[in-house]
Amino acid sequence: MANATTYRICPRSGLQFEAQAEKLILANAVAAVVFLLIGGVLAIGVVLTRWPAVHWLEAATFYQVLTAHGLDMLIYWIIFFEIAVLYFCASTLLRCRIATPRIAWLAFALMVIGAVVNNIAVYQGASSVMMTSYVPMMAAPSFYLGLILFAVGALIGCFVFLGTLVIAKRDKTYQGSVPLVTFGAIVACIIAVFTIVSGAIILIPTYLMSIGVVKHVDPLIYRMIWWAFGHSSQQINVAAHISIWYLVAAVVFGARPMSERVSRGAFLLYILFLQLASAHHLLADPGVSTEWKVVNTSYFMYFAVLASMIHGLTVPGAMEVAQRQKGYTKGLFEWLRKAPWGNPVFSGVFISIVGFGFLGGISGVMMGTEQLNLIIHNTIYVPGHFHATVVVGTTLTFMALTYYLIPTLFRREMIAPGLAKWQPYLFGFSMYFFCLVMMGAGTLGVSRRHWDMAFSGSAMAYEWPGAAYMMMGLVGIGGIVAIVGGAIYIYITVGSLLWGKRLEAGATSQKVTPIPPTAPSAAAQTYGSMGFVAPGSFVLAIVFLVAFVLYYFINWKYLSTLWGMS
Amino acid sequence: MSAILPPAERLWWKHPIDRVEGTWIALAFIWCMIMFFMMVLWHVYGEQNLSTETYKTTPDAFMGKTQAMVDQYTVRTETDMEIPVVAPPAGSDVYLISRLWSFWPILELEKGKTYRLHLTSLDYNHGFSLQPANINVQVVPGYEHVLTVTPNQSGELAIVCNEYCGLGHHTMVSRLYVR
Repeated sequence: MANATTYRICPRSGLQFEAQAEKLILANAVAAVVFLLIGGVLAIGVVLTRWPAVHWLEAATFYQVLTAHGLDMLIYWIIFFEIAVLYFCASTLLRCRIATPRIAWLAFALMVIGAVVNNIAVYQGASSVMMTSYVPMMAAPSFYLGLILFAVGALIGCFVFLGTLVIAKRDKTYQGSVPLVTFGAIVACIIAVFTIVSGAIILIPTYLMSIGVVKHVDPLIYRMIWWAFGHSSQQINVAAHISIWYLVAAVVFGARPMSERVSRGAFLLYILFLQLASAHHLLADPGVSTEWKVVNTSYFMYFAVLASMIHGLTVPGAMEVAQRQKGYTKGLFEWLRKAPWGNPVFSGVFISIVGFGFLGGISGVMMGTEQLNLIIHNTIYVPGHFHATVVVGTTLTFMALTYYLIPTLFRREMIAPGLAKWQPYLFGFSMYFFCLVMMGAGTLGVSRRHWDMAFSGSAMAYEWPGAAYMMMGLVGIGGIVAIVGGAIYIYITVGSLLWGKRLEAGATSQKVTPIPPTAPSAAAQTYGSMGFVAPGSFVLAIVFLVAFVLYYFINWKYLSTLWGMS
Repeated sequence: MSAILPPAERLWWKHPIDRVEGTWIALAFIWCMIMFFMMVLWHVYGEQNLSTETYKTTPDAFMGKTQAMVDQYTVRTETDMEIPVVAPPAGSDVYLISRLWSFWPILELEKGKTYRLHLTSLDYNHGFSLQPANINVQVVPGYEHVLTVTPNQSGELAIVCNEYCGLGHHTMVSRLYVR
């Protein structure tokens, strides 16, 4: 079977695709986009209900729609896409065949069945338990069963990825170390295995409880282990989308990492410390000690934050170095001004980097500070934060990558390239705005996962300040614009796949063409000169640090005005 | 050589670090340490630290203690539901029940006095969101969480449930008075 496959070299990118891997990447990416479409349609219901002046859906429908929106976006869209990225980073970047394609198809089938079963359970109405499904509130058994099937499929996918790495090593398709992007994908995969196993540990007993075999699952233990799944799944995203940032820097600018040691070292910090972040969700909980909270919520001593801050410099830094080598050396920012802003692959990633850092990163560290968590726990600040990390960070990056994959992997000419040029700006900036006003409403205390901020039907309704109502109205407007931006992405992607002009596949061969060994170039040796090779990125990083410090201490100031608590 | 190709130098961990990266790593590291020790220092010098005092409890046991407090310190009742308003003495143990879809009873505290506020849920997870003071705590069934609180502003506040608890979630809101 090993020799029954073919390899083609894409004439546009020079990438080598193995036939089986190519089909698997395509299938997983298409499944991802289908769930993005479903999640996007559901998002209309969510924002139009939380927009106080519209308040569209009934309570029961709203909670049902919100549950499905969370699952489809945070789990299905992202993990299907990530499996595609893993296969790409192993098989395509290392130029080898994919391991056990039949088992990879089995994994795909399990994931599709699981996602569909879980979605149906939610639409049947007895499983409006939110994505988190905190016990003792129970969903239908098929809700948990679907999630478990999906998780098993994804876990198998991770092992197919790892097996593919072994094949590449054995067949010597590359020499030396794996590329940085593949290295990042390995980090994502390791985090994914931890994540999925945690999910299994808590969802299997919960499933057994839903069919009456197990009597009791402790609510606090559930919260702790569920978040080792729920938060960690977002850490897969971080590792995956940062790998893609490096990938886009490489394909758009020909950029190489400023220092392999720094970038890989930062990825290694993720493996060691990123998983502790599940503690963020338990800072306002009973039963866990202060020491446990402080150590875990800070990723030991903020070493994972350190890693993200490093990537935040080195990704734009790599682009800057490449641009400066092309001659864009004037001032601090000529390299950035002359960047290909009309190319959605680049603009999407750059808007993602800035938003992920300034909005998602800073807010995430603030709310993950043990004491500061008191002022935002379970307010709409939380979804404000994670839309900045997951939507601006991960989803927008995946969209940008899709624009790169349409001609190379899908072999189609992109329909409506003019529209694609604008899509990252429309989607990215409306999401910036959406996240900001959501965080604004959260700072005023507005609850997340809440059908009616007017508390209709309650004898003791609380009157939120007018500013909170205004912010929630703006959330509605920003959300609708973002949904339009997302719809354009789906139109371009699906449209290109269906109606785009077919592009030439490139030469096909029975044999693998290994990656030629890269000779250490003269330029490589000059790296690490004691010069400041990326002054512009450094200035951007300093601006980021100043914003971070100010916002951090403003929140401590706010906290100090609260009731005394000890 | 680029990020999608194997590094030219086999030993990537011996790659030199540019000054721009070294400087940034040093700055970021210092900032990370400041943030870490800020949390520790606030436990020593700060006045807003969430207590971790927790006991296992059952609905019956907690209900019994709450009922005893209500019997002893009720000053009046409010709304059609005749929810008791309880004014326990400063320094005492104060109990608040969260359940589908109400908080019980209504508490009346004194500004500047300290209370031991016991929280639990009798059924699902709930949220204790004190507004507009904006203090937000998770309420978990089976666990009795004892917060030591000192109100610093007087007036009528609201307690909003901010953990999703089913269809009536949006009606789960109560009052808290500070004199």
